[in-house]
Amino acid sequence: MSALLWALVALPLTVGTLLAVAGRPAERYAPGVAVGTAVAALGIAVAVAFGHPRVEAPLLEGLPAGLAVDGLSGFMVVTVTAVTAAVLLFSVADIGPGEARARFFGLMLLFGGAMLTTVTATTLPVLLMAWEVMGATSWALIGYWWRDPERGAAADTAFLTTRAADLGLYLAAGAALASGQAGSLALDDLADATGAWSAVITAGVIAAAFGKSAQLPFSFWLSRAMQGPSPVSALLHSATMVVAGAYLLLRLEPLLAQSGWGGQVVAWTGAVTAVLLGLVAVAQTDLKQLLAASTCAQIGFMVLAAGAGAVTGGTLQLIAHAAAKSLAFLVAGAWLTSLGAKALPALGGAARRHRTAGVTFTVAALALAGVPPLSLWAAKDVVLAGALEDNAALYVVGLAGAVISAVYSAKALWFVWQPVAVSDDREQPQPQPQPQPQPQSLPNAARLPLATLAVACVALTVTSFPPARNAVERVLGGAPQPAPHTWEFALSGALAVAVSAAVWIRGPQLLALPGRITALASDWLGLETAARTLLVHPVLRLADALAVFDDRVLDRAAEGTARGSVRLARWTNAQAERLVDGTVESVAGGARALGRWARRPQTGQLHQYLAQAVAAFTVLAVVLVLVR
Amino acid sequence: MLTAIVLLPTAVAALLLCLPRSAPRPLFPTAWVATTAAELALTVMVWAGYRADGGIQYETRARWIPSAGISYHVGVDGLSLPLVAVTCVLFLACALYAWRETRRVREFAALFLFLQTTCLGLFVALDLILFFVFFDLSIVAMYFVIAGWGHKGAARAALKFFLYTFIGSLALLLGFIGLYLAADPHTFDIVELTTANPLAGRSAYGALVLLAIAVGLAVKTPTVPFHTWLPPAHTDAPAAGSAILAGVLLKMGTYGFLRIAIPVLPDAWRDHALVFVVVGVVSVLYGALVALAQTDFKRMVAYTSVNHMGYIVLAIGAAGAVGAGQEEARRLAVTGSVFQMVSHGLLTGALFLLSGVLYERGRTYEMSAYSGVAGRAPVFAALTGVAAFASLGLPGFSGFIAEFQILTGSLGPEPVATGLAVLGILLTAGLFLRALQQIFLGPLRLPAAAPGADRPFPDIRRHEGLAIVPLLALGVVLGLAPRFVLDVIEPASRTVLELLAR
Repeated sequence: MSALLWALVALPLTVGTLLAVAGRPAERYAPGVAVGTAVAALGIAVAVAFGHPRVEAPLLEGLPAGLAVDGLSGFMVVTVTAVTAAVLLFSVADIGPGEARARFFGLMLLFGGAMLTTVTATTLPVLLMAWEVMGATSWALIGYWWRDPERGAAADTAFLTTRAADLGLYLAAGAALASGQAGSLALDDLADATGAWSAVITAGVIAAAFGKSAQLPFSFWLSRAMQGPSPVSALLHSATMVVAGAYLLLRLEPLLAQSGWGGQVVAWTGAVTAVLLGLVAVAQTDLKQLLAASTCAQIGFMVLAAGAGAVTGGTLQLIAHAAAKSLAFLVAGAWLTSLGAKALPALGGAARRHRTAGVTFTVAALALAGVPPLSLWAAKDVVLAGALEDNAALYVVGLAGAVISAVYSAKALWFVWQPVAVSDDREQPQPQPQPQPQPQSLPNAARLPLATLAVACVALTVTSFPPARNAVERVLGGAPQPAPHTWEFALSGALAVAVSAAVWIRGPQLLALPGRITALASDWLGLETAARTLLVHPVLRLADALAVFDDRVLDRAAEGTARGSVRLARWTNAQAERLVDGTVESVAGGARALGRWARRPQTGQLHQYLAQAVAAFTVLAVVLVLVR
Repeated sequence: MLTAIVLLPTAVAALLLCLPRSAPRPLFPTAWVATTAAELALTVMVWAGYRADGGIQYETRARWIPSAGISYHVGVDGLSLPLVAVTCVLFLACALYAWRETRRVREFAALFLFLQTTCLGLFVALDLILFFVFFDLSIVAMYFVIAGWGHKGAARAALKFFLYTFIGSLALLLGFIGLYLAADPHTFDIVELTTANPLAGRSAYGALVLLAIAVGLAVKTPTVPFHTWLPPAHTDAPAAGSAILAGVLLKMGTYGFLRIAIPVLPDAWRDHALVFVVVGVVSVLYGALVALAQTDFKRMVAYTSVNHMGYIVLAIGAAGAVGAGQEEARRLAVTGSVFQMVSHGLLTGALFLLSGVLYERGRTYEMSAYSGVAGRAPVFAALTGVAAFASLGLPGFSGFIAEFQILTGSLGPEPVATGLAVLGILLTAGLFLRALQQIFLGPLRLPAAAPGADRPFPDIRRHEGLAIVPLLALGVVLGLAPRFVLDVIEPASRTVLELLAR
């Protein structure tokens, strides 16, 4: 069984790496190999979900690497592999033979494999490794069409934003080690830390999770991430990347609960994100942007669940959302490929022309809207039951978020079911190298995943009601969870139906909000602008200033010292040298002068010598007399 | 054994210089590659015979100048063995990379072989004077590499490099003499000095000696503010020279801290550990920020070296915070710092060789001159992308293992400083992504052809690939399965901390 667990993570990572490295020669086989790998991984995932294996290997001193599958991880690995397989199958049709398929499928497998490692990791180092590899792979996938500079910039934004949040995990790891109580960095032990270190761990984990899950204030990167191919969005928004944050919070719910404040922060951020990003979704005119904002909002419910301790609800919401959102993105991708349009007005009639796509998209949108009897309706109520037990205000905000999700979902549906395209001159031409024109009907490789996911959207409803819910709860373990009352199901269902119907009948004109609010919402609350103005630009300016300082001050100081030495040398040469030499010369000159003086008495005349001797003896006699 | 490893390259170099210049041209690169490969094989043999917890091994000691307490004393332990190995790997990579070098091949090969002797000799030296001799000879050899085979401003950059690091080495010598005089009986032997701990309880004398040694090593490392020789030296050095300069020569500074400063001056180190923490953090952030502002690819990579070496200084500074307890954390930090030396050697070596490829094609390092190169040279783009992500500390590569250990281990003893240093990994991510996007993504644009030559932009050639791919592959191996190196380093870092706690 433990070999299977190793295989589960190693298979997609290895095959993905090989495909991506092989590149062009592997182009032809890439789709088949990738889909086969994903299906095999799904099989392994189901096996380990029942087997609950646990493996460990030494990594760093005292910090082992560990993988394990428990209840939560079991659900996650099955969800991840199932959605990956469906998306890859769809990609066979969507990413045509003219594209770099080996790179695409290889990176997608790496992406999925990193997520599998993330959800099975039992220690922080392994989790962080997989977590960051996932971020880097998302960079490569978002920038897949790299010739377009805007897509490259979008990939940079996504990676840098999530990595900024990831710093939290680095700090959390350091704090856990420093605390001594969680010294092995096992995820289960993190809640044992105490004092200030515990606060650092909690804050770090929360920041990293918010960044990855595109919760406020990090949401903007998800908008930019839409620049990638549609299958990438489908995978990134449903079962990998963004849900990794929600997963981490659900996994570390005991840590949040133990901290005293972490749960509140998380729950409220989730609830507020559900409402605000829901409004952002309402304001979008581009289908992919609408779905992206809706992802933030829906993940908000999972985050709320983690904060409120409703782990079961959060897990159910995560699984149900994965099915609905991957389906919605796949259909949006199919339309983008076949119609070349993703702006809502241009998509008028899309659902009528492509029946399979239209029907399955409707299922996905209704599920997102929370319309009964689809899965997200009930799952959300299990989450909100946890919120209600925690705090009535939290429940109300959450319910408002649910109502808003009905608004944007119905809005999207209204557009795609219009008889003809609504004329709209704001429609942007697609700069993308268009893949070759697709036949009107979807290929079977694309139909199968759509149909499967649509069935899942319906079938997963069962899991939110007893006895299935009790079984889920048992598998997840942990404390007993609050169960929603019947009126909660009825209330949210009725609200969703009523609001959806109202939007459907009145059309999107209903949503005439004041211009400034709409503008703000359609710009994703101006978050990216804020991040650029407040963080990126000051850092870049500081960097420039320091570079100037480096050149003008530090470097010049060193050069100045060198120049000073040369000047000192010249001065020594000119001044000191002359002084020293002058001294020597003057000593010589003095000696010569003395010599001249000494030669004076030597006249050679006897009478003068006699006079000198008399004088000398006189002096000598005087001295002797005086000394005596 | 070690003596053979150290002296073999110089012997071959002397042999090459005896051959007439008119000898068949392929002879020189072949001899060069064969020698470096033999060196690597010998090092692998040493590694295979090394017992992880056995302290200093393969020890040789011979009388040299006994009247002054100087001996020829060499040996390897967990600190030096990984560095010896990485040195051999890098020199082999450079020999392969320079396969097509056309300018004065004989001298180039001989110079590099001599340089290899000085690098290996420094890492195995267990005598201060021996260490100092190799330290200075490496500067001399590198001076000629830069001045003789560099780009346009090379003469000036080489002179700056030489004078700056030479003055640093004089400070180092001063410190060594201070140690010699303090020891009773007088000796320059590192092992004896370590056991004697000559400056225990003499805090002022100890501080002065540490200051001299630290300045000398900080210039070589380099840390802010002694780093300004590095960017011009790199920018104007030939690619292989840059790879060795960044990959091996910079490590001499940080290795000196771990080999000499900490074990011989434990009291002074504990007293002044905070200085190193501050210098480390400043180097991390300052290096990353200044790198972010660069427009020249090679200069940018050079500044990231300041950033990466800053982590090492931070870690060994944090290791000195003995009072804070945190035994396990500090051990992790020291292990991480040694691992970072290995990792940085491999990855930065690869990045400098890649920048050499870029220059060879486009005749400029200016990033804005390029765009969309991935279309013309996909393998080159992929390799650079991998090297850049590895260098920004992506898990799966050795850089992550090193930086994770350093940051995780340093946070406990020095929370504020480490909290700031963590920002460095975000900054490096930003600057590498920006560089990748500028050079490789977007529509194709290449620099105007150099005068008189229409330069196409061919993809990686075989000899370049043979040089660069193994470096990156080793980075991946160390990133995924670091145990075989950590098993060697961990006992050594334990010893370092025990010596520090005396």
